[in-house]
Amino acid sequence: MKISRFFKTIFMVDFASGLYMAVKEVFKSKKTINYPFEKGKISPRFRGEHALRRYPNGEERCIACKLCEAVCPAQAITIESTQREDGSRKTTRYDIDMMKCIYCGLCEESCPVDAIVQGPNFEFSTETREELYYTKDKLLDNGDRWENILEANIKADSSHR
Amino acid sequence: MEYLSILFDQVYKILFLLVPVLVSVAMVVWLDRRVWAFVQKRQGPNVVGPFGLLQTIADALKYIFKEIIIPSTSNKVIFILAPIVTMTLALIAWAVIPFSATQVLADINVGILYLFAVSSLGVYGIIMGGWASNSKYPFLGAIRSAAQMVSYEVSIGVIIINVLLCVGSLNLNDIVIAQQDLWFVIPLFPMFVIFFISALAETNRPPFDLPEAEAELVAGYQTEYSGMMYAMFWLGEYANILLMCAIGAILFLGGWLSPLEIYPFTLVPGPLWLVLKILLLFLLFALVKAIVPRYRYDQLMKLGWKVFLPLSLIWVVLTASYLFYFNLLPVN
Repeated sequence: MKISRFFKTIFMVDFASGLYMAVKEVFKSKKTINYPFEKGKISPRFRGEHALRRYPNGEERCIACKLCEAVCPAQAITIESTQREDGSRKTTRYDIDMMKCIYCGLCEESCPVDAIVQGPNFEFSTETREELYYTKDKLLDNGDRWENILEANIKADSSHR
Repeated sequence: MEYLSILFDQVYKILFLLVPVLVSVAMVVWLDRRVWAFVQKRQGPNVVGPFGLLQTIADALKYIFKEIIIPSTSNKVIFILAPIVTMTLALIAWAVIPFSATQVLADINVGILYLFAVSSLGVYGIIMGGWASNSKYPFLGAIRSAAQMVSYEVSIGVIIINVLLCVGSLNLNDIVIAQQDLWFVIPLFPMFVIFFISALAETNRPPFDLPEAEAELVAGYQTEYSGMMYAMFWLGEYANILLMCAIGAILFLGGWLSPLEIYPFTLVPGPLWLVLKILLLFLLFALVKAIVPRYRYDQLMKLGWKVFLPLSLIWVVLTASYLFYFNLLPVN
């Protein structure tokens, strides 16, 4: 054993410097966030809870082209459609099984009218499975609730599309 | 009737000591977790109550409502007895801790021996728990714990002899009063360091937490315990840590004495000084937990028997010779 090592051991130099370091770290800013009260920043491309959007005049965007249903790798989407009196094709049923969904974002990418989107919300846990079978009403309601953020996100990401 | 009033008087005194101790144990668990988190730049528990102060109480409530599982192959009587023994032994030791010249539950003239005896008995709770679980991890954890605590008890005993040489009394209040002019931490500094490290080993704190090394032994002797029985082990452990801090404060940091006998310091009452000193030592305990890796078992034994024991024995000889040569031996 070297003499310097011996004295370092005797006087616990390494321990003291470690202690000094620890005390210094105590006063530094925290690297973690206080989660339920503050949340981390998420990207405009974040793929969270689904939403069906509307046009500003209140008309549903979805034209029931079923591209999302076709592209969905987990086959979580079920769509049924009909022709309305004004001749436009609209969905009568738009269900997403949120437990099947793998949150890949392909539905959002395939949508020609930006109707189905994945919003910034990631806190939609439920107490029963039934609540996770999302219906058209639920999805439209989501769209109304998050519209401001959804529109901003699509705008922010449009240059990369 | 007279006996009854004496009994009530004593019960009242005991509760007046135990309730603050238990509350501070709860607070200290929070402090420990919080300091640990701060060193690692995390938030730590901060949700329940102001600054998360009530976290331990929430945890205790959770434990109360959990099921207590008793393994069918265990020795049930001893299995149930073990956490009770741990908790009781951690609490009865507080009887002799002096909070000021008059505020001490049992002012016995062999106080330090009583403390030493009770803290030695503490290992029984762990051995009983590990043995009665009738399962391999608790058993190995208990064996390790027993060997470790016995080894470090020896050097703590020798360190106490150092202090006693300077005091000439086994009464804890006398030990405190003997430090009126100079706290023993200054002349006996190496002994204080060894005491502190031995106290870490004695209370199974990191870096000596081999009995509950989770990578090797799941949770050591606590593996089979659940619900309130686990919580009692856990509270007993922290009560023991606080007790070790209190012993350190009394032996080396002048107990309830104020650091300087001048105006602003003398305003603070004695018990508060003791509490502050205990807290200071506990903060060190918590910081050490955050910065050190766990020892290997042979290193632990080597440190105890081949380093601390000879060192403290040599220091006994040095202290005794010094006191004898300069004629400073305390005479009663």
